[in-house]
Amino acid sequence: MSDTLLTARGIRKAFGDHEVLRGVDLDVRRGQVVALIGPSGSGKTTMLRSLNGLETPSAGTLEVSGGPALDFSRPVTQRERHALRDRSAMVFQQHNLFPHMTVLQNVMEGPVQVRRVPRAQAQQRALELLDRVGLADKRDAYPRQLSGGQQQRVGIVRALALSPDLLLFDEPTSALDPELVGEVLTVMKELAEEGWTMVVVTHELSFARAVADEVLFLDGGVVLERGAPAQIFSAPREERTRQFLHRLLNPLD
Amino acid sequence: MNWELFASSFWPIVLGGLKGTIPLALVSFAIGLVLALGVALLRLSKNPLLAWLGRAYVSVIRGTPLLVQLFVIFYGLPSLGVTIDPWPSAVVAFSLNVGGYAAEVIRAAILSVPQGQWEAAYTVGMSRTRALRRIVLPQAARVSVPPLSNTFISLVKDTSLASLILVAEAFRQAQVIASATFDYMLLYLEAALVYWLFCTVLSFAQTRLERRLERYV
Repeated sequence: MSDTLLTARGIRKAFGDHEVLRGVDLDVRRGQVVALIGPSGSGKTTMLRSLNGLETPSAGTLEVSGGPALDFSRPVTQRERHALRDRSAMVFQQHNLFPHMTVLQNVMEGPVQVRRVPRAQAQQRALELLDRVGLADKRDAYPRQLSGGQQQRVGIVRALALSPDLLLFDEPTSALDPELVGEVLTVMKELAEEGWTMVVVTHELSFARAVADEVLFLDGGVVLERGAPAQIFSAPREERTRQFLHRLLNPLD
Repeated sequence: MNWELFASSFWPIVLGGLKGTIPLALVSFAIGLVLALGVALLRLSKNPLLAWLGRAYVSVIRGTPLLVQLFVIFYGLPSLGVTIDPWPSAVVAFSLNVGGYAAEVIRAAILSVPQGQWEAAYTVGMSRTRALRRIVLPQAARVSVPPLSNTFISLVKDTSLASLILVAEAFRQAQVIASATFDYMLLYLEAALVYWLFCTVLSFAQTRLERRLERYV
């Protein structure tokens, strides 16, 4: 289809002798929300990081609409890596905000320093985005003065300010206190409703069920099962998927 | 105790400090820091040859006495046809020395910035150079203020070695007066007192600076 944003085929990644990804395919259409779930060590974070060049796969191809077509069987140039990163923005597990900059500076840094957006325009956009997540009054605060949930919302705004085609989320709520998870998930849900294209690595099954269009269950570096959330969560085909979901939903069993 | 001599020589020694020691230390430190940043980046380079070059430099500087380095430059180089005046000789020697020691401090400070900061910088579109300049170095600078302040205070005391190549600094002033009055104990203790006063003021400034920086980190 013409609205395909990202196509990854046969992505493999090895760290030394250990093969973390063993041939993963991923298609993301514009406006789609894809959730990657699976046990730790399943390769889901490595897969996500491969999509913006934070990891360089050892094999496979990755094509981004309006961006580069990469073949990882040959060396990736710095130029290709930048072209790839230009299409996406990432929200990290540990927000990774720049501690020496205020909230506003954090959000404006990419647009002003890299994208060469005029300062006034970048600031206006940053303030609009901060206002949307309810943090306009924190514009001059430093990251360490914010709660975990606020930090992560600023992390999301920093990503949005780049106007990326694709938003990548790497377990955005895993490092948060339980009572702060909701405010971050709410923002992410709104983004999905607005039509942002998102790939989300998450352990929040209720979020994946409610928001994702497609869920991929990764285990041992391969996609064991993929489908609509209703199917994956209600009628998983694979025994491993069933076990994983059961463990997550009934941790005391 | 000859208090009269003490009083009359105090000001000349302090003046030697203000006009000799401190400018010598400041200029050497400034040049040394630039050099140190370069050496630190060499050491962090993925290119093995560059990394080796940085390591070799640090090894030579830290593995040889500062006095020997100073003498090689002032007394050694003329035999190769390079004659440098005492003051610039001292600046060269102390800068090279700071370059070696501060390089290790800066390298450690850069390494102390979490990997996630580099990654966040990359994902907002920065190149390695820009990430270093905008994101990593400002954070590393804050981390390295306490150890670099110590390097500077050591340097202030080390500049007394320049008296051996006749640079007019605090200790040289004390020596000159001592050799005329033969009151070595008094003059050298007085010189020690002046250095101690200088370093106390610097330690105080260091504490203030660190407290100011704590607000951000």
